[in-house]
Amino acid sequence: MKRTLIPLLLGLLVLAACGPRQPATLTVMTHDSFAASEEVIRAFEQENNVKVTFLASGDTGTALNKAILSKDAPLADVFYGVDNTFLSRALEAGIFEPYESPLLKDIPQEFQLDPESRALPVDYGDVCINYDKAYFAQHNLPLPQSLEDLTRPEYRGLLVVENPATSSPGLAFLLATIARFGDPGYLDFWRALRENGVVVVNDWETAYYTNFSGSSGKGPQPMVVSYGSSPPAEVIFAEQPLEEAPTASLVGPGMCFRQIEFVGVLKGTKHRDLARKFVDFMLSVRFQEDMPLQMFVFPVNPNAKLPEAFVQYAQIPEQPARLDPVLIAANREKWIQAWTETVLR
Amino acid sequence: MANPPPKRRAGEGAVSLLALPATLFLTVFFVLPLARILLYALDGRLLLQADTWGRVGRALGFTVYQAALSTLLTLVVGMPLAFLFARYKFPGKTLWRALLAIPFMLPTVVVAAGFNAFLGDRGWLNLTLMRWLGLGAPPVRFTGTLVAILVAHIFYNTTLVVRLLAHALEHLDPHLEQAARVLGADGGKVLRHITLPLLRPSLLAATALVFLFDFTSFGVILLLGGPTFATLEVEIYIQGMHLLNLPLAALLSVVQLLCTVALSFLYSRFLPRIVTPFSLRPAEANIRSPRRWGEKLFLAAMLVLLVALFLVPMASVPFRSVARLEAARGERGEVRYGLTIDYYQELFLNRRSSLFYVPPLAAARNSLLYALATVLLSMALGTPAAIALARRGQVVRTLDALFMLPLGASAVTLGLGFLMVFRRAVTSPWLVPLAHTLIALPLVIRTLQPALASIPPRLREASRVLGASPWRAWWTVEWPILWRASLAAATFAFTVSLGEFGATLLLARPEYPTLPIAIYRFLSQPGGLNYGQAMAMTTILMAFTSGGVLLIERLRLPGSSQF
Repeated sequence: MKRTLIPLLLGLLVLAACGPRQPATLTVMTHDSFAASEEVIRAFEQENNVKVTFLASGDTGTALNKAILSKDAPLADVFYGVDNTFLSRALEAGIFEPYESPLLKDIPQEFQLDPESRALPVDYGDVCINYDKAYFAQHNLPLPQSLEDLTRPEYRGLLVVENPATSSPGLAFLLATIARFGDPGYLDFWRALRENGVVVVNDWETAYYTNFSGSSGKGPQPMVVSYGSSPPAEVIFAEQPLEEAPTASLVGPGMCFRQIEFVGVLKGTKHRDLARKFVDFMLSVRFQEDMPLQMFVFPVNPNAKLPEAFVQYAQIPEQPARLDPVLIAANREKWIQAWTETVLR
Repeated sequence: MANPPPKRRAGEGAVSLLALPATLFLTVFFVLPLARILLYALDGRLLLQADTWGRVGRALGFTVYQAALSTLLTLVVGMPLAFLFARYKFPGKTLWRALLAIPFMLPTVVVAAGFNAFLGDRGWLNLTLMRWLGLGAPPVRFTGTLVAILVAHIFYNTTLVVRLLAHALEHLDPHLEQAARVLGADGGKVLRHITLPLLRPSLLAATALVFLFDFTSFGVILLLGGPTFATLEVEIYIQGMHLLNLPLAALLSVVQLLCTVALSFLYSRFLPRIVTPFSLRPAEANIRSPRRWGEKLFLAAMLVLLVALFLVPMASVPFRSVARLEAARGERGEVRYGLTIDYYQELFLNRRSSLFYVPPLAAARNSLLYALATVLLSMALGTPAAIALARRGQVVRTLDALFMLPLGASAVTLGLGFLMVFRRAVTSPWLVPLAHTLIALPLVIRTLQPALASIPPRLREASRVLGASPWRAWWTVEWPILWRASLAAATFAFTVSLGEFGATLLLARPEYPTLPIAIYRFLSQPGGLNYGQAMAMTTILMAFTSGGVLLIERLRLPGSSQF
């Protein structure tokens, strides 16, 4: 009796994998942070007589790994969520096919990092240092105006950052320092930061909820590497209505690193037309206006209006740090290794 | 189970036949995917690079060091607790037992938050000490230290030691100890020469399991240990998923796997050839209330240990799920709490009409369904395998080691292997209980096997001589022992499944999230409400597990009434 269990289960597995046929199913592979309003996705489904299935595949790196490993028999038709730090790895691996979406003409050139339009920009967000407003007010402490300021004695032990080897905001902040100080100058800056008692943890959740004093975790450090959209999130998800965000971002020139996320049609898709329609849909105003409150990112389509909380509480840095994705892909491992030796050992 | 059991002196053929389903399962869902990804990613050139071995060596050294230390400490805490649960009656015993099982399935993020609320820089221990002693800085350093890693490992794995040992202790023949005492041995001598040697199979099984769990530890190292510590599994994750250096990740996985193989063989080598039969007395025969005051002192000490090491870190979660930081966060200073049920109410609202919103009951239902499927599957595969492994022989030894392997494999690597072998089928929700079974199976087998091996063959023979049919002999002799051990095994399978965070292993379908996945979703966004909801969801998960474990414990009664 028990020996029949395995073939039975295998059979079920195959059945479950094939599934019913009507209507066509479009599969979208994303990272875990993907979110959207139900009605927005339903509207797309109805207009195109399609069922959209999402596969959440781990964090950004994990999801991309999975897409690359399965590229000969792709699991999905569309992949969303590769960012500018991973972009050239995705393009080198050749997982996307080019698609010149008509909506690209609306989108500012600064976001279009792939001239062949295999990866199309969808959203951006700035990794910035968030600070606990009350702490700075109470201690009459002026805000740091630049990255260099962080090494000054009055900010000793006040900053918590994420390990760039395990966290994507951690890597983004490291890249901001490389953009500012160059290679190997950034290592001197980090040496000074280390001497000034910078706290390093492995992931954003710990940094924000356990170490940061401005969050509801009430930790010991009043400055944390997080996102420019975190202050509006603090208001929207406040336990009791707040008049003012308890936190804000330091958006001085070169202090934030801009992350841009991309979508692309996966090579080998069996639903090319639908996949392209979905890409168009993600760039359209409808989806772009839904994104901020779902994923706490900013739309790349300038016609999309920002929600009230974003207008009021989010700061967009005028001069974010930038680095060429090709340079990032080529040096990521080397930079992280050197950082680890300098800051952790 | 309707077939008569194969004869005891059956050859190796019968052994292989009984273990066949489990072996097939492991081949398809473990060996195949792992071999596939390793063959794809391994790169010989890596072996020649000088710095490769430095990195592998550093990770391996720390992994073994922390695992050995953690295992030792877990045994030190777990053995007296097992003794307490096996030998003494005390108020709230069943509840304490269920409570010990909870850590095993708590997501690491939540455990880290719980320990931090208690022992962190701004945890209440440090805040209290700072106030009393008038200190400016927190006196206790916990987060980011080796101590934090060790404490968390004890917290997670003590239940393994207690369950495996207490079960064996309950069923030891009290006459052996009594005889030793009559012959003049004091308590220490009885423990050294009688009790511990009799416990050896269970003790070895517990040690091996705890060591493997500590050896492949991931979340605890990442979140509580912090960035200065890296085990093999953490290094595999960093190399494979963040640096996209799959060859190095594969090499590290091979090293980790080889260590597991070595350990498994070591384990079966040390397993005593002659197993002393358990007594077929009901557990109650060995249990009494503490009478002498030495015993009472022991009970009190153990209760303090339970409260400090398990109850307090756990209690901080439900506490935080109903406590709100008083508004005006603008004013810093003393943290004040107010009571609220907002977080629970909020769980039932889909405020942003999100596509992936899942009502808490649906997440609980998903978790429960996966857990039930895991229990059924791992018991169905594990029981015949354990019966086969309870015998001796070369085939058995090899299989024995094979069944331990899933515990030592890198989940990160295996997940990628699944993808390459099963391709589109990997998106099926069916794969979740299958993956959970991979982890539950070694636990199930390790729990059943020592119990089965200790069934005295004389009893079976006696019942046959007295005219019982093979079926009846099995039903009256083996079944009651099997039943009790099965309950312990089912509890493991259940908690493993409830707590497993499948996203690392599989391509999760966001519309069927489990409770742990729902918890992570809340924690990945800023805002007090998200934090509170994560705590509320964890409290629900804790309630579910302890409820499930209590329910399974209830089933203990029927089998034992026959003796």
